[in-house]
Formats: sequence, structure tokens, C-alpha cells
Amino acid sequence: MKPRYLKPFIFIAALLPLARLGWKAYNSALGANPIQVITWSTGTWTLVFLMLTLSITPLRKLTQQYWLIQYRRMLGLFAFFYGCLHFLTYIWLDQFFDVHSMLKDIAKRPFITVGFTAFVLLIPLALTSTQRSIRWLGKRWQMLHRLIYVTAVLGVIHYIWLVKADLRKPLIYAAILSVLLGYRILTWTVNRLSRDLQSTPQSATLKNRSAVAD
Amino acid sequence: MLFKKPSDVPSSEITPPSRYLNRRSFIAGAAALMGTAASGLAFKRLVKPTEDVIAGTKLQYKQGQYGTSEKQTPFNDITHYNNYYEFSTDKYEPAELAKNFNTRPWTIKVDGLVSKSQTFDIDSLMKLQLEERIYRMRCVEGWSMVIPWIGFPLSTLLNQVQPNSKAKFVEFTSLHDPKRLPGQQRGVLDWPYVEGLRMDEAMHPLTILAVGLYGETLPNQDGAPIRLVVPWKYGFKGIKAIVHIKLVDYQPTSTWTKAAPNEYGFYSNVNPNVDHPRWSQAKERRIGEFTKRPTLMFNGYGDQVASLYNGMDLKKYY
Repeated sequence: MKPRYLKPFIFIAALLPLARLGWKAYNSALGANPIQVITWSTGTWTLVFLMLTLSITPLRKLTQQYWLIQYRRMLGLFAFFYGCLHFLTYIWLDQFFDVHSMLKDIAKRPFITVGFTAFVLLIPLALTSTQRSIRWLGKRWQMLHRLIYVTAVLGVIHYIWLVKADLRKPLIYAAILSVLLGYRILTWTVNRLSRDLQSTPQSATLKNRSAVAD
Repeated sequence: MLFKKPSDVPSSEITPPSRYLNRRSFIAGAAALMGTAASGLAFKRLVKPTEDVIAGTKLQYKQGQYGTSEKQTPFNDITHYNNYYEFSTDKYEPAELAKNFNTRPWTIKVDGLVSKSQTFDIDSLMKLQLEERIYRMRCVEGWSMVIPWIGFPLSTLLNQVQPNSKAKFVEFTSLHDPKRLPGQQRGVLDWPYVEGLRMDEAMHPLTILAVGLYGETLPNQDGAPIRLVVPWKYGFKGIKAIVHIKLVDYQPTSTWTKAAPNEYGFYSNVNPNVDHPRWSQAKERRIGEFTKRPTLMFNGYGDQVASLYNGMDLKKYY
């Protein structure tokens, strides 16, 4: 059953990490290297919200609580929100608008290249998150929004590539993402197989051939 | 909140005109100006160190040479932002985790290709002529500090054991004791931590063994009771909690070199022109400062040490 007031509750809860960061900054509690803490925190919460967004589909199917879909857009937009803060931290606090240095970074540093790509791929998703876009794009909307898989994978790679030796935390995200994407691969495979079994062997072969031609 | 009067701002902190006039676009420049106004004030508050006192023993020392007059990094930052994987891979944790680390009794064995190998008790080394060396410390991760170390030249110790002519390198080893150093219970690095220097680097007057900072005994999280400080190299060369120093005829393999040979070389001299494969080394963030500053060749100690590397391709010997 759908609890009442869940939407404002999630909305406020999703802002808590930012509030905590702001509170710590105000009280000088971010330690010796505050900019690094802000970068890490906003980056971490981007990943968390990406994972939460990706967990909605498996969750609603497994629990048959189909109303959960109503919160997917908000979680996805929060991933974009924290992604924006993370990116802003980089261009403002870290690089201080040094365009030359940033372009060099994006071109030369693999972990920044993948992080930047992951962020850029989120922009069209955020822009087409309105009801109107969904109607306008129709079937293509779903295709477009599969880009979130790419963003999530690149985001985790971005994390793995930046640590020096201790891979524990990035590998936790990698494991969670594997489960979330593994679920999708599994359901697709199962659907595919059951479809193939229903059709005659001949038509299945034809279908495969046409798939190759596509 | 502190506001600086214009006269309090040293000229070194003022952005040279060439930098702000060369802004690529007006928009970036305007944004930067707005950013400075807003964030400059906010940042003062952001980095204001929260003081907490750690009991240390006052040391007797003289003022040493080679010191920089740059603003020293606050004690609280030097003791609460530590890369010390023997305790934790999180820089904020060693301060707490190292609190009860017992550094007595402690001995340092110095042997290998020497005529008089010896085992020194830490308390006898504390009685050597100690001096203060205010050095810049540049971490390979792109941040830096200015630290008032107390210590003595490594050459003082090496001369006592009389290295023979076959000794070409010095190999340092940290304490290996997973019970006391919980980080060693995980195989993040190949324990114990090992570092190395070429003989001429080890004998260089800038190279010291530090036993204190800010006039007091070294806090545990900074490498107590004794650690290496080589100011023209990246910070990880400064091996902590040393128990063994061996004079050898081979080039020792540093722990970080073993972990990632393409990222961390034997020399690891601070060099803004040779990037880490994954990030640039051209700039650094001085802890407590808002904008990054350019990294200096040999961390600004080129006058003293550049001659050690004459004719060497520093891109190859990184």
C-alpha cells in the first residue's frame, strides 16, 4: 500500500546529505581539506541516488508494489542534482574556473573523462523527465533513458579509478550495480527465451536473422 | 570571523595580474570574481581549525637551516589529516586509531654494508642535537603542508655505523605488527612498509629523521617515534615508525612501487612536469588555502638537490 505523505518525506530526506554538509561547513567541521570532503560527499550521494533510481524497477516487480514508479523520477532528479553539485565543486572549488586546466584534465585523466561523460549523459535525461517529454518521445523515451545504465557504470568506474589502493568502497558500489543490472539482464533473457519457446523454431531463426540485419 | 586588512596580505598571496587578465572568457572571469567574493569569506570559516591539544613532550632543539618562512600549517591539520595506511586508509581516522599506539620500548637496527652495525634505542637518539626544519610537504595526491619538523640529519646516524664502499642504497622498514597497527590486518599494501633512498640522497643535509613537530615529540599519527622526511620527494617516501635501516647494494623496492610500478617510481621527486598517470601534478592545494598553487620542481628545493640528478631523464626515473 502506498503510504501517505511519502513524497514530501522522500524529498526532505534526499536533501539531508546536503543539509549535513552545509551544517558541517558552517561549523568548520569539514576537516583539513574541506573541498575534498565536499567533492567526495556530493560524488558519493550522486552514486547512491543512481543506485536508488535503478532499484525502483526490480523492487516494484519483486514486491508487486507498482506505485513505487511514482518516485523514480524524483530519485533520478536527485542523482542529477547531486551530480550537478559534484560537477560544480570541481569547476568552482577545485579548479576555480581554470578552463584550460579543466579541458586538459577531461582529455588526459581517464577518471575525470569517465566522470564527465557520466554527468553529461544525465543532462538529456533530466531535460526529458517531464510528463510532456514522456508523451512526446513515446517509445523513444524509454530507449533514451536507458542511458542511466551507462551513467551508473561510468560513475562506478570513475570511483574505482580515483582511489589509490583501498578498493573496498568503490567495489561495494560495483557489487550493488552488478545486482541491479544483473536483474535486468536476467529478466530480459527470461522474457526472450519464453518468447522464443512460444514461437516456432523456423520463425525464431528468421527473427534472429532479421535481428542481425538490423 | 577574521577579516584581513589589506596590509596583512603578503604579496605572495596576491594573484599576479597576468593570471587574472588572461582569463579566457569574460564569463569565466566574472564568475571567478563573484566566486572569490562569496567563497573567500566563506572559506575562512570553512578552514578555521578546531583546536584540540594533544599531550606531547617539549623537546630541546636549535633552529636548523633550509627553513621556509611560509605560513605553517596548523598543528590540528597536521595531526588530523594523515595518510597512514597502517592505521586506516581514511585520512581522518589515524588521529583516533593511533592514540594508544605505544612507542616505548623502541629500537632501530642499522646494519647491512657497514663496518659497525648497531641497534639504537629511540631515547638515545632523542638526545642527539635536534634541530627544527620547517619544510614544505607535497603529497602525491596533490595537497601540501608546511611542517615544522624536529629531527636530525639522517647522515648523522649513518656516519655512526660507517657504511662501506659497497653500500649504494639505504632500505628503510616500518614496524610490522598487525595487532598494534590494525591497517596491517588487511592486504591493502604489501606489509611491512618499505622505502629506499640512493646513498647520496640519504646523506644529503636536507634529509632528516624526524622525532617531533611544533617543538614537541611526534604525535603517533604522524609517524612516531621516528620517521623519514625527504622534502623534495612526495610525502609517501617519508616512511613512518621506522625499526630497521639497512645499507644495501641494490635499489630497494618501495611499497608503493610494488603496489603500482607505473604510478609510483623509486625516485618520486616532486615534479610538476611529470604527471601521475591518473592526475596532474602541475598544481597543489596547500591545506588551508582556497585556490591551488603551482607545484615547484623538487618542491622548491632544486637549488639544493637538482645536481643529484644531473643527466638523468626524470620522465623515465620518476
